[in-house]
Amino acid sequence: MKYLCLVYVEEKILHALPSAQRQTLSDESMAYCDRLQKLGQLVTASPLHPVETATTVRVRDGKTSTIDGPFAETKEQLGGFPLLDVPDLNDAIRIASQFPAARIGSVEVRPMKEQGCA
Amino acid sequence: MTENQSQQVRALVDEVYRTQSRQVLATLIRLLGDFDAAEEALHEAFAVAVEQWAREGVPANPRAWLVSTGRFKAIDGMRRRARFDASLPDLAHHLELTADPVIDEGEDSVEDDRLRLIFTCCHPALSPEAQVSMTLREVCGLTTDEIARAFLTKPTTIAQRIVRAKGKIRDARIPYEVPSETDFPDRLDAVLRVVYLVFNEGYSASSGDSLTRHDLSGEAIRLGRVLVGLLPEAEVLGLLAVMLLQDSRRAARTSPTGDLILLEQQDRSLWNRDQIAEGMALVELALATRRVGPYTIQAAIAAVHAEAPEAALTDWAQIVGLYDVLLQAESSPVVELNRAVAVAMRDGPSAGLALVDAILSRGDLTNYHLAHSARADLCRRLGRNTDAAASYERALALTQQEPERRFLEGRLRELG
Repeated sequence: MKYLCLVYVEEKILHALPSAQRQTLSDESMAYCDRLQKLGQLVTASPLHPVETATTVRVRDGKTSTIDGPFAETKEQLGGFPLLDVPDLNDAIRIASQFPAARIGSVEVRPMKEQGCA
Repeated sequence: MTENQSQQVRALVDEVYRTQSRQVLATLIRLLGDFDAAEEALHEAFAVAVEQWAREGVPANPRAWLVSTGRFKAIDGMRRRARFDASLPDLAHHLELTADPVIDEGEDSVEDDRLRLIFTCCHPALSPEAQVSMTLREVCGLTTDEIARAFLTKPTTIAQRIVRAKGKIRDARIPYEVPSETDFPDRLDAVLRVVYLVFNEGYSASSGDSLTRHDLSGEAIRLGRVLVGLLPEAEVLGLLAVMLLQDSRRAARTSPTGDLILLEQQDRSLWNRDQIAEGMALVELALATRRVGPYTIQAAIAAVHAEAPEAALTDWAQIVGLYDVLLQAESSPVVELNRAVAVAMRDGPSAGLALVDAILSRGDLTNYHLAHSARADLCRRLGRNTDAAASYERALALTQQEPERRFLEGRLRELG
């Protein structure tokens, strides 16, 4: 079963961290991802650029509107998305709880539907 | 078969349903991998039992027979529906290949299935309300109507909550398992929390449709017993003990007109001695493990009250000591408040008032009616009637329970 982990962190908190600490967080995350990949539990993962780079697109009545900014202004922003492949939710929760970012932000674990486009 | 005999079989099937249907369901969920399919299979199995047991006699092991029949019915049903759903023949075939539960599984696995069911219903990925509803529905076998009545909500609300929870169990793939060793302590806490929530929902309700609400406490105690049978750990014993010891005072807690009677004014001859004896024995067992947690300590506090032949003979020094231990295990402003009240009983009202005022000044319990009524009571005992009245008024504005409202209004009248 595949689970998309949406990692939310408050960018303000992240940017306020001393650079050495931010580096450690990033290194730890990369190392953890490597480990999960070797175990076959990680399909893919990527950090995202800050939310100020986001663009939101909608089509209504055939007209496209393009808006600068995220879908919703929230206190915490989507910062990255590991995609796991594990047997069940307990495994997904266990792995998510060890993401370094979970210590400063939150991880939303979303099961993926089986059918989808390639 | 005579009319009399078939009535006997009916009565026996009812008895088996009452005592064993939850175990049968727990095993069927594992075998079929789906709550709804298992419930349907359970009911079909009992329907067959009514007919077949009357004709051919009652099987030696009714539970195993019901599991086997329910499983067969489910596979058969999938075959019949297979014409409409291409995935069903595969599923039916797969289920048929899995081992026959009746032949190779003993009591251990029956107990494991009950635990799997309990841990799945109390999974932290479900909302607390859903955990409670699922536990009462699936583990205790209450109907949605019964749960709704007990929680003073509409049956449709409870039904939706259960449908949503089952949907999440299926779609997010919450596994049907007893948690692994690393997760076990946290997950057990979640189960105990659900049981205690159910208990308190019934225990603190002293108004309205109180009879059905009280059933919740009985249900929680029954659940507590099941858990003690399955997992005799310190905190499981402690939880059952605290529920029994609190419940032992039920008859003394309210007057015939439904008014609240405080612990110190209760007629202790109305306390249920059997529940007290059982609760005390459990506390001792739990304390002997030397792995005590919050439930065991709360049970020990309740036990000190239970031991006092009259309110004036309560060992308040010991109670204060136990609250100190409880604060270490689980620090919370409410526990601090209870400790302050115990200190007032040991050292006098002014010592208690200083503590209560310190807690209130931190702002943690500003909207907690019991903090204000505790303060009011201490002021009253110190003869500070104006302060007492102000705090009773504040408590009155915050409470939502009718008997408490009447109690506070009574105190205000006494102050004049």
